[in-house]
Amino acid sequence: MGTTATSAAKAKVWEGGNEPLGASYGKLMMWIFILSDSLTFTGFLIAYGFMRYKFIDIWPIADEVFNHFPFIHGDNPMYFVALMTFILIFSSVTMVLAVDAGHQMKKNKVVTYMALTIAGGLFFIGSQAYEWTNFIKGTYGAVETKGGAILQFVDLEGNRLSLDQVAKPIPTERVENTRSRGLWFTEEAKRAPYTTQEVIEGLKANPNVLVRTEFIYRGTDEQKADTSLHPTLNKDKHKVVLTREASIERIQDAAYVVKGASHVRNEYGNKLFANLFFFITGFHGFHVSIGILLNIIIFINVLLGTYEKRGSYEMVEKVGLYWHFVDLVWVFVFTFFYLV
Amino acid sequence: MAQGHASNTKRIWNVFWILSILTIIEVVLGIFKPASLHYTSFLGTSPLNWIFIILTIIKAYYIVWAFMHMEGEKASLRWSIVGTGMFLIVYIIVLFLLEAVYVHDVLTGPGSISKWIF
Repeated sequence: MGTTATSAAKAKVWEGGNEPLGASYGKLMMWIFILSDSLTFTGFLIAYGFMRYKFIDIWPIADEVFNHFPFIHGDNPMYFVALMTFILIFSSVTMVLAVDAGHQMKKNKVVTYMALTIAGGLFFIGSQAYEWTNFIKGTYGAVETKGGAILQFVDLEGNRLSLDQVAKPIPTERVENTRSRGLWFTEEAKRAPYTTQEVIEGLKANPNVLVRTEFIYRGTDEQKADTSLHPTLNKDKHKVVLTREASIERIQDAAYVVKGASHVRNEYGNKLFANLFFFITGFHGFHVSIGILLNIIIFINVLLGTYEKRGSYEMVEKVGLYWHFVDLVWVFVFTFFYLV
Repeated sequence: MAQGHASNTKRIWNVFWILSILTIIEVVLGIFKPASLHYTSFLGTSPLNWIFIILTIIKAYYIVWAFMHMEGEKASLRWSIVGTGMFLIVYIIVLFLLEAVYVHDVLTGPGSISKWIF
């Protein structure tokens, strides 16, 4: 039979040592893991895309949600995520420089660049904690109606108003149940800063407060004909502001006072917005944390000279692949959560 | 395989600058939102969104090709990983977004009997 073409190299095919697709076993498996993981993230982001298209008329506007920057007050959209993006790109660069130094067997350079990569990763996680803190604490607060819609408040110039500026405190006999009051093992859940009634009365008493709904104004004929919309404050691609009369009528539906965000409801608008934000950036942050952990393990091994003895820094390359993948995912999360 | 690699430092820094400049363009556009790009519509969304998506794909290309060194791998590996991923991702995006638009139209369109946000 056809046994004539067997060469020495081909004889090794069934005994290991050959490399399908020209990549070593570890690297190939890392690539396949990355492929599967990228499909997982695709699933999450497409869930976001699906919900966003489904609720396209009422989806929150990212610029109004993510507008904090450390030590600077006021409205600063985009800057902080831009900073986070740069941190991650830069740590990707130091990672690839470490891989490059590893190819040339320069241990000290690998050590420096790995340390910088780990520092970049930690910075990123810290930034994400800041971002989450602001998201969970919230800025202005809102009320949720019986039907699940979020109503926010603006003044007559269209500037956002916080609950503190709207609500009228009503003296009440209500006492909070703490551990020292009732049964020693029970306490009540944290309450919103104001009651629904206080917000309703506050809005009625203050003629400078208008309600802003979740709907996005697009200047359609139907919206132009709608007399409940404020005649001058509505701008294209901004949330709809109601007239004073419509505001008072709309606020009667209020069922909850919402401050910040949780898995149940959030002050920014659609509930799924916060859920998807927590889940997708959380899952990405989890990946970054795992990446930092792997980087630290490799870093220690580089310090110990493991790869120097092995004669190859390929392990740095494999972890590098994972680290770049984390950066790759962030590029897409950045686009779809903050830009588009 | 490890020995005798030429240093790619210059290429790495070039890619870093490309990625940075693309990100800066995205951020500047995201902050200023030029009216001609933001308030018009092209193929289902605003031209600004298309610019963001295209810049993102260019960034992804540079990360995978330069940083993950896909450009140095065999064509068979490139096709196995990137080809498979691209096919499945494009497929799921098309299916799900079409379905989402349909669901939206069913819920809000004329003749809709459900009121889902009130």
